[in-house]
Amino acid sequence: MIRALLIPRRLVMLAILMVIVALVAIYGRWDWLGNPKYQALIVRGIGNTLILLVLTMAIGMALAIPLGLAQAVGPWYLAYPARAFCSVIRGTPLLLQLFLLYYGIGSLFPGIPGIRDSWAWPYLRDAWYYAVLGLSLSVAGYEGEVMRGAFRAVPHGQLEAARAMGMPRLTIFRRIWLPQALHRVLPTLGGETVLQLKATPLVAMITVVDIYAVASRVRSETLITYEPLMLLAVVYMAITGVIVLIFRWFENRVPQRVA
Amino acid sequence: MLSGALLSSTLDLLALNPPGWGAVLLWGLWNSVLIAAGAFALGLVIGTLGAYGKLYGGPVTRDLLAVYTTVVRAVPELILILILYFAVTDALNQGLVALGREKVQISGLVAGILVLGVVQGAYATEVLRGAILAVPSGQIEAARAMGMSPLLLARRVTLPLMLALALPGLANLWLIATKDTALLAVVGFAELTQSTRQAASTTKAFFTFYAAAGVLYLGVSILSTLAFAWVERRARRGQRPVSG
Repeated sequence: MIRALLIPRRLVMLAILMVIVALVAIYGRWDWLGNPKYQALIVRGIGNTLILLVLTMAIGMALAIPLGLAQAVGPWYLAYPARAFCSVIRGTPLLLQLFLLYYGIGSLFPGIPGIRDSWAWPYLRDAWYYAVLGLSLSVAGYEGEVMRGAFRAVPHGQLEAARAMGMPRLTIFRRIWLPQALHRVLPTLGGETVLQLKATPLVAMITVVDIYAVASRVRSETLITYEPLMLLAVVYMAITGVIVLIFRWFENRVPQRVA
Repeated sequence: MLSGALLSSTLDLLALNPPGWGAVLLWGLWNSVLIAAGAFALGLVIGTLGAYGKLYGGPVTRDLLAVYTTVVRAVPELILILILYFAVTDALNQGLVALGREKVQISGLVAGILVLGVVQGAYATEVLRGAILAVPSGQIEAARAMGMSPLLLARRVTLPLMLALALPGLANLWLIATKDTALLAVVGFAELTQSTRQAASTTKAFFTFYAAAGVLYLGVSILSTLAFAWVERRARRGQRPVSG
């Protein structure tokens, strides 16, 4: 990896890149980074973005597995609704889904009598829960489609062998079917996790404070156009790099040949 | 009774004539489709050039293209749209001022197409590169042996043969393009999501309008899926089916 960078032309390109970075660092306006108020906000924003990413990937995958299973082998009364759900999620923009959840459905709740006094009201008012719900459903829709293919791709012999060993159906699913299906889609899941990371800034549109919302606030308060956006680009590229590394580690950990 | 009144008020809201907002939504939809089509076309041009550059270009071209596709695919579209939108407008106006001309307000349509086109180009580069690689090398060698020029070779052999292989990926890209137009709502361009937001906040009928816009987007995506399936069937004419 490092040796690939030490070819002469790449050294020249690296040098040019460093000059550009230096020029941006010297001539750009970065004084706002020294402001403790913004420092705290940036840390909180990055934290919220990461929590959103991990939480919604986990919830989404937990929903995607039954969705994929229903589409792959389920009876028609499970398969059709699952397919319809995936088509609707994949066929409409996530931004619109978030608006529909937060402003659309959220605006229907106050009409229910007595709801303002109930225990659920603080949750129903908080944009954070709508963001988690919206992003999780999005993961479920896209990954449900991925898992459908994955469950189908597990060789039949594996399942038959497990059945011949007298394994109960749930054990077959837990020990054979699910692990092999997940193993197959690990590279896809890595890419989808990056896509999910890139979807998180949309929650800023429904007032959740993630790193994008922090940068927007810096921009509107200091009237600096580019520098906060550059910081954002760097932050997202760094997180993408970490995701790629984590998934590479996972892929190396599981043996390549299934049988 | 109550549901009847609800239904008629919903229909009133979505009516095409002015008290209703149907025409505004349809105009937004038209803008969205226009931007998506423009961006998709621009993305195809960039993607074709990029794919050829990555496959046959010199080492520096290849490295630069790798940087382009990696950066664009690692940074959220929302942020790319903002950066490119301001950068393109700024650069254009500074150029005009340097030439002694007046500043212009760049139209949202053109800016949207340019910005989304650059994003689409990065994905299209990868899709088309894979498809070109999957064209049997014997076909290309045979065309070279016939003395075809590189341009003729691309037009007559490589591009038609790779089209069938690239179509599923391109169909995905088109669907992404139609959905990414929603992001232009952040820069205030009146595409479908922005028009919907306007209609919803004016009438306070949030649920009705967001649901209606969802139906419109879904319609576009279902029609596109059918259209691409038809095109793919045509592109695969004469190919042996993989299996029964």
